[in-house]
Amino acid sequence: MALDRRAAVAALLEDRGDLLVVSGLGSPTYDVHAAGDSDANYYLWGAMGSAALIGLGLAQARPDRNILAITGDGEQLMGLGGLATIAVAKPRNLSIVVIDNGHFGETGMQQSHTGRGLDLAAVARACGLSEIGAAEDMAAVAALRAKLHRRADGPRFYVVKVDAANPPRSLPPRDAVFLKNRFRAHLGLPVT
Amino acid sequence: MPAAGAETDLKQPWAADVHRVLKSASVTQMCYVPDAGHASLIDLFTADREVVCNVLTSEQEGVAIAAGAWLGGKRSVLLLQSSGVGNCINMLSLMTISRFPLLMLVTMRGEWAEFNPWQVPMGRATEPSLQAIGVRTMRADTAEDLVATVGAAAALAYEADQQIAVLISQRMIGRKTW
Repeated sequence: MALDRRAAVAALLEDRGDLLVVSGLGSPTYDVHAAGDSDANYYLWGAMGSAALIGLGLAQARPDRNILAITGDGEQLMGLGGLATIAVAKPRNLSIVVIDNGHFGETGMQQSHTGRGLDLAAVARACGLSEIGAAEDMAAVAALRAKLHRRADGPRFYVVKVDAANPPRSLPPRDAVFLKNRFRAHLGLPVT
Repeated sequence: MPAAGAETDLKQPWAADVHRVLKSASVTQMCYVPDAGHASLIDLFTADREVVCNVLTSEQEGVAIAAGAWLGGKRSVLLLQSSGVGNCINMLSLMTISRFPLLMLVTMRGEWAEFNPWQVPMGRATEPSLQAIGVRTMRADTAEDLVATVGAAAALAYEADQQIAVLISQRMIGRKTW
């Protein structure tokens, strides 16, 4: 029995402390918002394939902070090459968590590559990411949550297997400049 | 910083000035897909311990990384060839809709003494594609022009939140020998 995505993401973000979060477009953005809006969230509404790479840029800019990119299987599949780039960049403060329902949920629940057997964790391993795993029950999600607050030897990559369901949308603001400036202000950066 | 004297051996002598201009604009991150025309600048940056460099599998990755860097308070520059502009188009929507600063240095192919016909279509489409997605283009045809243009483009990008591609003419880079 695969997990409920909202329960899994809420558990990952429980007592999140100073974690900085980037969410991939579609359901992961809604999941992160549903878990509790925060100025430390950077929600994507587009730019498919960018979530983990925005996480990389942020991780390199803020080596003092732990960064979490939460995205979907379809979004990460569009950015497969980025896993190679992240692997060689070797950030120790970046965790990528793919909420994998095996489908493109936003567009009518068409089966994705992971739904047809592709193993994203194996792709990440082949690319050379450091710490790789899968979470298929809530105990494993809780164990992963604790890791998000610790440094790794290099980029961390986890797949969380969830049900192919579309819970009611939980919508953050769509104004991209607002989202950017809110996040920067949270970090004490000038907002222009 | 690169070792003293390293600049005298550069294949592209202008690269030292471009590196200096970008450093004085507080650029601390560089992403690239290699191009022969960028070889010296890539060497200077990778030897520069104050700058984090990322080699990319595809150019649009560098656009996303630049957005992340800015979210964290750092300035990023992207080096690519004109063919790579075509790989970036949808990702550039992130920069234009969010008004993320973006500085791309694009070496042109397909426009001057090009030997490879496969470079021509994207060379022709580079500037119109960038303009269509909302990125401003600035052309540089001589080394002197390039250094001044990169300085102006850096100010427009990082100070005025603009998305700028500096197009470095193939005439300036010279014929590819192969």
